[in-house]
Amino acid sequence: MSTYILRRLGQAIPQLLIISVILFTLMQAFGDPVATLGARNPPKPEDKERLRRMLGLDQPPYIQYLTWLVGNDWQKIDMNGDGIPETPGQRKGVLRGDWGNSLVTRQPVLEMIGQRLPNTLMLMITAEIVIIILSLAIGLYSALRPYSLVDNLLTGASFIGYSMPVFWLALMLMYIFAVNFRKWGLPYLPTVGMFEPAVGKTPAELIKHMILPVATLSIISIAGYSRFVRSSVLEVLSQDYIRTARAKGVRTLYVVLRHALPNAALPFITLIGLDIPFLLAGAVVTERIFAWPGMGRLFLDHTERADFPMLMGILMLISIAVVIFQILTDVFYSFVDPRIRLE
Amino acid sequence: MATTTSDALPHKETTIKPAVPLSPLVLGVRRFRRHRMAMIGLGLLVVLILYISFAGLASRGYCAPLKQDVTGEAWANCNDTHLKLQPPSADHIFGTDVIGRDIFARTVYGGQISMFIGVSAALMEVILGALVGAIAAYYGGWIDSLLMRFTEAMLNIPSLFLLIIGAHFFGNKLPSFNILGRELTGGVIIIILIIGATSWMYLARIVRANVLSLRERDYVSASRALGATDSRIIFLHLLPNTIAPLIVSATLGVANAILSEAYVSFLGLGVQGATATWGNMLDGAYRYLETAPWLWFFPGTLILLTVLGINFVGDGLRDALDPYSTKHV
Repeated sequence: MSTYILRRLGQAIPQLLIISVILFTLMQAFGDPVATLGARNPPKPEDKERLRRMLGLDQPPYIQYLTWLVGNDWQKIDMNGDGIPETPGQRKGVLRGDWGNSLVTRQPVLEMIGQRLPNTLMLMITAEIVIIILSLAIGLYSALRPYSLVDNLLTGASFIGYSMPVFWLALMLMYIFAVNFRKWGLPYLPTVGMFEPAVGKTPAELIKHMILPVATLSIISIAGYSRFVRSSVLEVLSQDYIRTARAKGVRTLYVVLRHALPNAALPFITLIGLDIPFLLAGAVVTERIFAWPGMGRLFLDHTERADFPMLMGILMLISIAVVIFQILTDVFYSFVDPRIRLE
Repeated sequence: MATTTSDALPHKETTIKPAVPLSPLVLGVRRFRRHRMAMIGLGLLVVLILYISFAGLASRGYCAPLKQDVTGEAWANCNDTHLKLQPPSADHIFGTDVIGRDIFARTVYGGQISMFIGVSAALMEVILGALVGAIAAYYGGWIDSLLMRFTEAMLNIPSLFLLIIGAHFFGNKLPSFNILGRELTGGVIIIILIIGATSWMYLARIVRANVLSLRERDYVSASRALGATDSRIIFLHLLPNTIAPLIVSATLGVANAILSEAYVSFLGLGVQGATATWGNMLDGAYRYLETAPWLWFFPGTLILLTVLGINFVGDGLRDALDPYSTKHV
């Protein structure tokens, strides 16, 4: 097992290097971030030149990549533009934990991401719990009464839910539960932000503000996953060992919960494990609509300013999460399913 | 194949045409037509295509800024700022947008562009996916490793981020151009290229897996022995035999491309300028959530219906053409 994990980690490293090269190449298309600096009072050309040298943007792209990756603190760089390197390099490189500074705020990238990450994770984890519970419940219910009226209605609803654009769902939910509920004099939900400034940062406020974004994030996933659970439960229920258990007189509830569900849940675990990091990406649109101060907003704001150390940081962290979750899913799968042997 | 008409056709026809083997195509069409959801989806799509093709005939009115009656796309682009943010009425059945353009006319012409983007991007996805998958599997060795490592790396970067960055970098750097007598912003082509370039990876893996098993078949060895070139084997023997996943991916790819365009445009990074798409009609519409819900309701619902229809059809196609594949949903 441990050799398997080590081998997978060993495969992950070149993969992440390839990803970083792809992303860095993409970043080059941004052009010169200094050129668009200071829209109202643009700096003098010689200042821009100095800034470019300070940020290392005067170097060819492959040197910039290596600096980003391993740093340049063992060499001297030419800061005053006379062609003679004199200032020692400051960068340590990603491999030694230095993700660079944001071009916009000059703060370390990791620190800025760290400020936003808890907000995103709060949404994600809540949404993921809601998704898992509801898709298991709906999928099981449908599988136990296949082709009944309720099952058919749920199937139709899930197809619609699965086809819904995130923003359409978000706007609809806001329109119904925030705008119209207020119009009708019902208790209505807030639409944007995390807290009401007038009330302050209370947990109750936070929960109220989380309801709509979490619903937006989960409804579309539930639509897809509950169908998946339904079909895998149906498949398991037709197996011989289920018939045997039933023939022995085991109660239906016990058969379903003890025999059918664990077996049907296995592929579901894989699906969830592989999808979790991508849910992070799905938060971009949701965070924008609900003005939620998370990583998605951070990404959008800094895309507009061509802040490539920041974008590299966010994208690499998400890619690392994707790769790690792939490994975790496989390992976890072999723990819960003794039939799987990892070598 | 041993399948004959006698066991596959309704009893009425068995006496008329005995023992004609049914082609996979005929069988597929038959299975598709029995798929209730797929037929509903197809009906929905036909209605939508009729809507974007012919509803433009009803797009006409008096354009005050131009001081004349206009029809067609000119009406969709006629901005009468005195009539901005009008709720749906007899003159403007879907209302007007922030600069007073008729939303009904814009959903018709925007729908054409959205469909064009969807179909072209899906086409590009299929071409890229099929080529990468087939070349990787056919040549094997270091070519396979290189292409597949690249594919996996691309798969591990969430594509929405790639889309946003791509749209931001390359957006609106192409000049406008004329196609079929219509003025299109260069952004349309950019968005097609970006969506196509970020969506081919799954298909490449499916095609690679299929071709890996196909290339060991006898007919491939036979045609290689006859001196067929690699490209002839790939395009004439290998890819046609993986047509089922290609068709299914192409269909579902149209829906994904329309959605991707809408996401990118919703974030304000999509097609800019006068050219309407369902996506860019939504750009900024969330600021009018309360005051002008018709701004986002109509284009958003059209996107939902199109994606729904395509998903139904794609699902039916998968069941009909590729009965052994596992369903994802």
